[in-house]
Amino acid sequence: MTPEIGYAATIVAFGLALYGSIASAIAGRTGRRPLVASSERAAVGVLVLVTACMLLLIYAFLTFDFSVRYVAINTNRGTPFYYRITGLWGALEGSIILWTWMLALYTLIVVVQYRRRHPEFYPWVLSAMMGIAAFFLLVMTIPAPPFERLTPVPPDGRGLNPLLQDSGMITHPVALYLGFTGFTVPFAFALAALATGRIGDEWITITRRWTVIAWYFLALGLLIGGWWSYHVLGWGGYWAWDPVENAAVLPWLTGTALLHSVMIQERRRMLKIWNLTLVILTFSLTIFGTFLTRSGIIGSVHAFTQGTIGAFFLGFLALVLLTSFSLLAWRMDRLKAQGELDSIFSRESVFLLNNVFLVAAAFTVFFGTIFPLLSEAVRGVKVSVGAPFFNLVNIPLFLGLLILMGVGPLIAWRRASADNLRRNFLMPTAVGVAAAVIARALGIANSLVLLCIAAVVFVTGTIVLDFLRAVRARRRSGDGWAAATLGLLRRQNRRYGGFVVHLGILVVALGVAGSNAWSLHTETTLGRGESAELGGYRVRFDGLRASEESNHFKVTGTFTISSGVGSRDVLYPAKKFYAQEQNPIAYVDYRLGLIEDVYLVLGDFARDGSQATIKLQVNRMVSWLWLGGLVLTLGTGLAILPDRKKAA
Amino acid sequence: MSGSTRWGRWAIPLAAIPVIVLLAYGFRTDPRAIPTPLVGKPAAAFRLKTFDGPEISLEGLRGRVVVINFWASWCYPACYEEAPVLERGWRAYKDREVMLVGINIQDKEEPAKRFLAQFGHTFPNAPDPAGRVSVDYGVYGVPETFFIDRAGRIRAKHVGAVTDAIFSANVDRLLAERP
Amino acid sequence: MSHPPLTRLAAAALLVVMAALPALAAAPVNEDTVREIGTELRCVVCQNLSVADSPSETANQMRGIIRERLAAGETPEQVKAYFVEKYGLWVLLSPPKQGFNLLVWIVPFVGLGLGLVLVAFTVRRWSRRPAAVPAGIPEMDAATRDRIHREMADMDRS
Repeated sequence: MTPEIGYAATIVAFGLALYGSIASAIAGRTGRRPLVASSERAAVGVLVLVTACMLLLIYAFLTFDFSVRYVAINTNRGTPFYYRITGLWGALEGSIILWTWMLALYTLIVVVQYRRRHPEFYPWVLSAMMGIAAFFLLVMTIPAPPFERLTPVPPDGRGLNPLLQDSGMITHPVALYLGFTGFTVPFAFALAALATGRIGDEWITITRRWTVIAWYFLALGLLIGGWWSYHVLGWGGYWAWDPVENAAVLPWLTGTALLHSVMIQERRRMLKIWNLTLVILTFSLTIFGTFLTRSGIIGSVHAFTQGTIGAFFLGFLALVLLTSFSLLAWRMDRLKAQGELDSIFSRESVFLLNNVFLVAAAFTVFFGTIFPLLSEAVRGVKVSVGAPFFNLVNIPLFLGLLILMGVGPLIAWRRASADNLRRNFLMPTAVGVAAAVIARALGIANSLVLLCIAAVVFVTGTIVLDFLRAVRARRRSGDGWAAATLGLLRRQNRRYGGFVVHLGILVVALGVAGSNAWSLHTETTLGRGESAELGGYRVRFDGLRASEESNHFKVTGTFTISSGVGSRDVLYPAKKFYAQEQNPIAYVDYRLGLIEDVYLVLGDFARDGSQATIKLQVNRMVSWLWLGGLVLTLGTGLAILPDRKKAA
Repeated sequence: MSGSTRWGRWAIPLAAIPVIVLLAYGFRTDPRAIPTPLVGKPAAAFRLKTFDGPEISLEGLRGRVVVINFWASWCYPACYEEAPVLERGWRAYKDREVMLVGINIQDKEEPAKRFLAQFGHTFPNAPDPAGRVSVDYGVYGVPETFFIDRAGRIRAKHVGAVTDAIFSANVDRLLAERP
Repeated sequence: MSHPPLTRLAAAALLVVMAALPALAAAPVNEDTVREIGTELRCVVCQNLSVADSPSETANQMRGIIRERLAAGETPEQVKAYFVEKYGLWVLLSPPKQGFNLLVWIVPFVGLGLGLVLVAFTVRRWSRRPAAVPAGIPEMDAATRDRIHREMADMDRS
């Protein structure tokens, strides 16, 4: 019964979403309020139905209902309990449900928040969001129905992909999708602005927080993805420039550009066309990312499957691009910048540069990702575009962005006088250069790392300088240090939240630079009792142990690591043999540290336990990436605090 | 301002079209299928010790049509599907100047021998322990089958399980050629 | 670990012999070079991982072949050419900088250049507009002006 109910719910939800979208649009055009109310009720209905679908599917998971094909593929009787719930989004159909559910939820939040406050935009925003939800529900109905029946009913399921049986899988898609779907709201508002002709700054002011939150979740999702790759996949890296990774970072790059360029529109009323373009592009890139992951046109470690679903997404992408940009072209006359500029040395210029670098990086990643396809289409020759290319082109851009991060917040609007430049940047520049010189003296020879260090110190210097000055200014009115600091953070939470986010990015940048420049690797075969040495650590192979787990057979190695300091630890890397997988899955064991991680992968081994091949890595600075994520969280939290009402 | 903008503004929506077309083209390609540059080139020499004991080398097979099949015991289901096909093909052609050699890659001896016993293979099979032969033939997955003519050139490569039709079509074609 | 003296002697002798063997075969292999070449080659069974990074058995074997060929005296270029001969250009993790493939190397920089030109153009367009000075700015009283100057001076001093 469950599959039938679920399928019916999907179809009804699709109908409601389609109805709501059309009704809302008509309401927007003609002003008929009852249609809006009706559409709101449809939105509620959609959320209820999609939630029901989710719960039905989870119920099927929990009760081992193998008559549902999705359940049979993604779970088996040995799957642990929590993976039977979170495994919901472990494969294609479930991931679509998750996305649709978030969309429905966001739509309802939009309903609650904006129905009274912005009556002119509201019907169009609702229409756009329900239209997008309708598309995803259509996908759930036709190419990717989650409730397809399986006959005959198998006695046991296949099981969740072992690589996904990890905490990263539980959180990574959720964070990532919160980010992707979050960008739907600013996009819907942009469409509403274009449709109503109210293309002033309203839509930006309203959606500012949505953009920040969506950006944050996307960043978080990317970092969790990196963490998952690092501790599960066994290669000791966190980013491979895999096509699907690239597809997720594209909207993040343009989203970052958007976050900054809206500030120019808010303060100076410029860049209106550009901001609309950016938000359309960012949303389109989220659809493009989904398309890439699910269409199978580019091979990737993430790619789910093929079939007709790719065609659906491509069609939708085409619809989105053509409609939105045509609307923009139609309204372009009305979008004139109203501000002026006196000098190229101004915050406006710096923000423009920031946008250029970010969009150039996005374009590079995009072009590199589809170039194999282009090469095959034009010449019939298959080529690969991988890490060497992306690193080469993107590193200078990112270094440039780091430096801009320090210049932007402090340089004056419109025109920075020589005085302003000196006051704000002389000290940080000097300190940055000094830091690079000291690093060089300490033996760091890699020029990219030195540049990175200089940039990081420079930016930190500007942040500290600005912060101290501001605190001191507040202190003059009598506050103590603590009160002045807290008051400042609260009053100007957007600015200082932004600074903290910048600091988070700096931490991540140091992690990336350090891990690439200073990590050590070795691969060797050890007999029992033998040791390998790397980076001051000695790893001794003590033996192998076999065990039977709930859904796999496991061979665990015991390795004792000792460092010069005398501390000892034992690592248990393993190889897991799952019945449904062809190749064994490596289970990495590691010890994390602030400066370095010891990372051990078990390779080949002799049956009798006398020998084992290991891949040993001492990865430096990787933990800084995760720490940076923590700082990002703090900064974003600070930045989105509600504005305090100014005292009368 | 109005002249160029009037026309130029539509450039952006129009620019989306070639991108969409390119992505649509992607549906016709298979990212997992790597075309081999080796067809028409001389097949790489190898000398391997079979599971039964005697050595086998490509040189010793010059003058015959040679079919090389790369397989592994963990390659499920494809290798299991094509195993009977290969044995049938071998029995049909072995008296007609055709040689079939199975090369076992990235496998352990026990499971490989079990696989051979399960299907009762009577043609020579040899392990390729360091992967040299598989890389020499540009192998990127299993199963892969190469058809080599009497002059020692690779004439066809089939990725995935072979069928009786594919096997005989290729062997017949190469047999028909005079050396 | 402790070994009896005789075993240690035997081990030392073995080491000496083993050290001599590669010299008979030719060049000693630098593991860093193997790794470097590995980062430029694509592991043929993985998705987008390099031969150096991939933990798969295939990558392991490919690394072994790289090591072997370097030991036999081949240059890194020759080793890479061998893999290209067997797998096609696809096995290189980034396309060679020639012919059609130059496009992927050039287009990003061209894009960046265009972007910078656009920015310069925009900045100029914004700067050419005469600033509209609002009429009727109220006069500031002396006390306020002094206070502003004092606080600015304070900030400059700190």
